[in-house]
Amino acid sequence: MSAASAGGAGRIPSPVRAVAVRELRAYFDSPIAYVFLTVFAGAALFTFFNLQAFFTRGMADLRGLFGPLPLLMILLVPAITMRLWAEEQKQGTLEVLLTLPVRDVQLVTGKFLASWILLACGLALTAALPISVALVGKLDWGPVIGGYLGALMLGAAYLAVGQFLSATTENQILAFILGLVVCLGLYGIGTESFAGLFSDRTAAVLRAIGTGARFESVARGVVDLRDLVYYASLCLFFLAGSVMAVRARRWT
Amino acid sequence: MIELRNLEKTYGETHALKGVSFSISKGEIVGLLGPNGAGKTTAMKIVVGYLLPTAGSATVAGLDVVSHPLEVQRKIGYLAENAPLYLDMVAQEYLEFMADMRGLDAVTRRRRLARVVEECGIGHVLTRPIGQLSKGYRQRVGLAAAILHDPEILILDEPTTGLDPNQIVEVRQLIRRMGKTKTVVLSTHILPEVEAACDRVVILIDGQVRADGALAEITRSRVQVAVLSTRDPAQVREELGHLEGVVSADSSDRGDGFHAFRMHLAGDHEIGEAVADLARARGWRMRELKRDDRSLEQVFRELTESAAEVVA
Repeated sequence: MSAASAGGAGRIPSPVRAVAVRELRAYFDSPIAYVFLTVFAGAALFTFFNLQAFFTRGMADLRGLFGPLPLLMILLVPAITMRLWAEEQKQGTLEVLLTLPVRDVQLVTGKFLASWILLACGLALTAALPISVALVGKLDWGPVIGGYLGALMLGAAYLAVGQFLSATTENQILAFILGLVVCLGLYGIGTESFAGLFSDRTAAVLRAIGTGARFESVARGVVDLRDLVYYASLCLFFLAGSVMAVRARRWT
Repeated sequence: MIELRNLEKTYGETHALKGVSFSISKGEIVGLLGPNGAGKTTAMKIVVGYLLPTAGSATVAGLDVVSHPLEVQRKIGYLAENAPLYLDMVAQEYLEFMADMRGLDAVTRRRRLARVVEECGIGHVLTRPIGQLSKGYRQRVGLAAAILHDPEILILDEPTTGLDPNQIVEVRQLIRRMGKTKTVVLSTHILPEVEAACDRVVILIDGQVRADGALAEITRSRVQVAVLSTRDPAQVREELGHLEGVVSADSSDRGDGFHAFRMHLAGDHEIGEAVADLARARGWRMRELKRDDRSLEQVFRELTESAAEVVA
């Protein structure tokens, strides 16, 4: 019936997997997952055909998909991370989790994996686009795969930020708004319109820190390993922050 | 099994525990008692590794709860106040989830699940979402999850609050059954609960241990009551007051020729026989001779009042 019980006799029970499965089930037992997936895929299609004018550009590429993806993720990722810890706090189940013989890092990892899988499902739905483009024209799959890889990594970073804020605030709405603001901030400081206000050296630093400028090249299909490493570090940084925020609860 | 030494906990300005020390041996059923806000819950949360102490130490089976939290948590089954559960989960799923979190292998998991479901009497609600269950059943699902890994120690924070009288009786029976093989600590502010289930009580008031001992010891008062017939209560009072171990005696007229004499004792030794001998020797007729044991309610109220006096 469930992924947890389908494992068979020889499987090693893992708290990380148990947490991830529980969180995924919570997403799909509630409207959250369906609303997220519908809005995510719908918005991606809408911007691709309308705002990015796929038909009038006359090119068989997917910049129209990957270009707006960071902003789309910034808007939607906090909606799936805001409940991760705030909900445990509200229901009192935080006490259940934190008194089990499980490390905080395992809890954080399990929750992160669940949210990442949900985001990956959203990205997978948009694969309808490259498939249809490949049918009407000659599509170079390299940049598409690179774009998805970049999007997954950037999304992972945003998810980590969202989880961190959910662990530090007790209120879901607050976690959502802060998640939006922080992710938007991380995106914005690297964009030309913001970084351009500063001297060359500062602007270079801002572009390096910002998630936005880096994704512009990803959207063009140029995936630099440094970009992926950067997203991964950002992700790990905020996951470590989440572990610390959870641990800090024990001091209060 | 569990040992607290000078445990202190402060939350901001609040000093929830002010140096709490007591120890619990293997197999004991101990009731942690005190008014709301006395620090019972805080003490339990530290033992189960949910909160870190500000000062002092807590050890479980010789392991420090701060430096070895996971080892300690493996030995403990804990049911927090109000039995927090994932309300969106079906009871069965929840128990399976808890078994996986505890790292039980598939065979053990199946065996233990069947066992706790039977012990807690939740077989017929297993397929229902926890959010739809009554308070009593939620409490039992929580208890089932707490004993899933067959822990040596069971810690229950107010296991019967919010239950109706029938449910209270059921949960108490369950606890007593568990107590045969496990060390149990339960907190409550409902006194009959301790009287029904516990070998020993520790009374916490305002973050300090105010009493610790066997229930009989704590409720035993130092007042001997004798109801005697006499024309001269002053004389009797005088003679009773001179018995060995009696500090003072007072009397009240029962109105039918009998007077109730209350002897305040210096120590804990028995003087019933001496009183009976004296009454026989003097030819007083005796209607009652008893130790005026206090109910736990009285003990509790007296300790609370004396704590309030200290503060005032």
